[in-house]
Amino acid sequence: MSEEVAVATGGRVSRGWVATPGRWLLRAALAFFLLNIAAIVATVVLDSFGTRWFGGWAPHGYTSHYYSWAWQQFGLPRVLFVTGVVAVGVAVIALLVGAPAAYILARRSFPGKRVAWAMFLLPLLVPPVTYGIPLATLLYRLGIGGSLLGVLVANLVPSVPLVVLALTPYVEQIDPTLEGAARACGARTSQVFRRVLAPLLLPGLLSAGLLVLVQTIGMFELSFFTAGPTDQTLVVALYYALWAPGIRPPQAIDAMAVIYMLLCLALLFTALRFVSPTQMVAQVKDNRK
Amino acid sequence: MSAAPSYGDAVTIAPIGSLRGRLKARGIDRGLLLAVPAMVFVVLLFVYPFLYGLMLSFQPQHGDAFASYRQFFSDGYLRATIWNTLRLALPVAVVNVAGAMAVAYPLRKARRGRQALSTAFIVPITFGTVLVSDGMLTYLGPNGWLNQVLQDIGLIHSPLVLIHNYWGVFISLLITGFPFAFLLSLSHLTGIDPAFERAAAALGASPWQRFRRVILPLWAPGIGITFCLLFMLAFAVFPSAELVGNPSSTTHVLSIAAYFEAYERYDYSMACAITIVAALVELLIVAVVLTWRARAYHGASTVGKG
Repeated sequence: MSEEVAVATGGRVSRGWVATPGRWLLRAALAFFLLNIAAIVATVVLDSFGTRWFGGWAPHGYTSHYYSWAWQQFGLPRVLFVTGVVAVGVAVIALLVGAPAAYILARRSFPGKRVAWAMFLLPLLVPPVTYGIPLATLLYRLGIGGSLLGVLVANLVPSVPLVVLALTPYVEQIDPTLEGAARACGARTSQVFRRVLAPLLLPGLLSAGLLVLVQTIGMFELSFFTAGPTDQTLVVALYYALWAPGIRPPQAIDAMAVIYMLLCLALLFTALRFVSPTQMVAQVKDNRK
Repeated sequence: MSAAPSYGDAVTIAPIGSLRGRLKARGIDRGLLLAVPAMVFVVLLFVYPFLYGLMLSFQPQHGDAFASYRQFFSDGYLRATIWNTLRLALPVAVVNVAGAMAVAYPLRKARRGRQALSTAFIVPITFGTVLVSDGMLTYLGPNGWLNQVLQDIGLIHSPLVLIHNYWGVFISLLITGFPFAFLLSLSHLTGIDPAFERAAAALGASPWQRFRRVILPLWAPGIGITFCLLFMLAFAVFPSAELVGNPSSTTHVLSIAAYFEAYERYDYSMACAITIVAALVELLIVAVVLTWRARAYHGASTVGKG
């Protein structure tokens, strides 16, 4: 069967691993890329358990001493507390504020709807560095810069639009007649939201919340611009440690990096149960009207 | 939307001709208030700070309204940040998007390979540039694994200098940007109906012709958007330019200059001026790409059913 016939009849020509040299080159390049990423991660993990590693393939000996060192010297209990409060706080507030807006944008048409869409898209399209500095300046003038509240407020900027865009398709999937039926049975608006929409939206709320958590834990710029010395999130603390290594042992910095890595991975794999990898980066594109 | 509301189909609940009735006919009623909190958030925390920054950039500590901008463009060290940023962001975006296209294209039919690769690639995106920079410092260092392997197999004789220079930042942007480009371009590619390609094949088009004449024109708009997003990400490079770059010379990029002015010299006017310049340069490039994209094919990327 020639390829043309196979394709035209909707069949798939499976050439499998017998492929052209170009494809092999591509696969090799891809494997090289992924291998390097794996090696970068592996060096961080290996070094965090090493006693000394100045050259050669592996550290001279192994110890978990640097984890307790990092735990105390970098003040990780406080850092993790701040990270947790900021991430969960941002997720909760963004859901509370964003969900009603997502409902309106999914259900209603009104003059200026396109402007509203653009307003929610823009903060996701502009890199945080560009609006982060004016925002931080403003927050410092208002007296909440350099505090936990400041970090939280700054992180809301990309999170509220993210919730709106992530939730809209979930609202669109709910049959509007359900709301009508609830109203006909005498439910008030707040009851419709709490008793009918919220349970049906639960998967959407969960995935939007997880997306915000992942984004906030990894958000360097906004947290960095607004964090004071005692209110650093984990990624900011890691940056400061790397930026001024000084007398700190590199193993301790890598130990902190491993803790950050584990936090990211735990969240990522929880999130991947609800959303596809493509959705995680292509929110904007997938929901564009 | 300046047309008068049509009274004919005005709604029944409110009396015809009343303000509420007329507004409701156009879709405005109290229900829209639900969207107000989110709008207020965006206006207060995104639009207002941006305007505040714009205003601040015209209120320098000394001199007239344009003093910050004049100082930026007359100081060679500051002016060079534009070139330093573009020199990184443009090649990185081109390499990432071209590479992502090459990897994504053969995967348009392989569902399993797609899922495995997508999951592998989301990991470095989640880790972010700070963690990747940390790993690079050891892995790509003079005693790192890469240099050891290359020396052991005799490819090089002295270690390559891959960190604390331009290439360090380039590599870090490749590592975090390529997966992003791959996932975005793949999602655009899989949105193209395979029927187009089958039709072209049935009409005798060669694989190259199918790519060049059928897929590429349909893919181009998505590629344009992907390029813009990748360019903007690379343009705003900050942590890795400090950690694995040479932040006082070759990788003294716009965001580092803005940060330095705001947090080390407390010259907020200058910091905001740099931010505005950065935004303008960035928008200029994005506008060029989108203009080119607007001239490309416009039409359905799916075949109508029925």
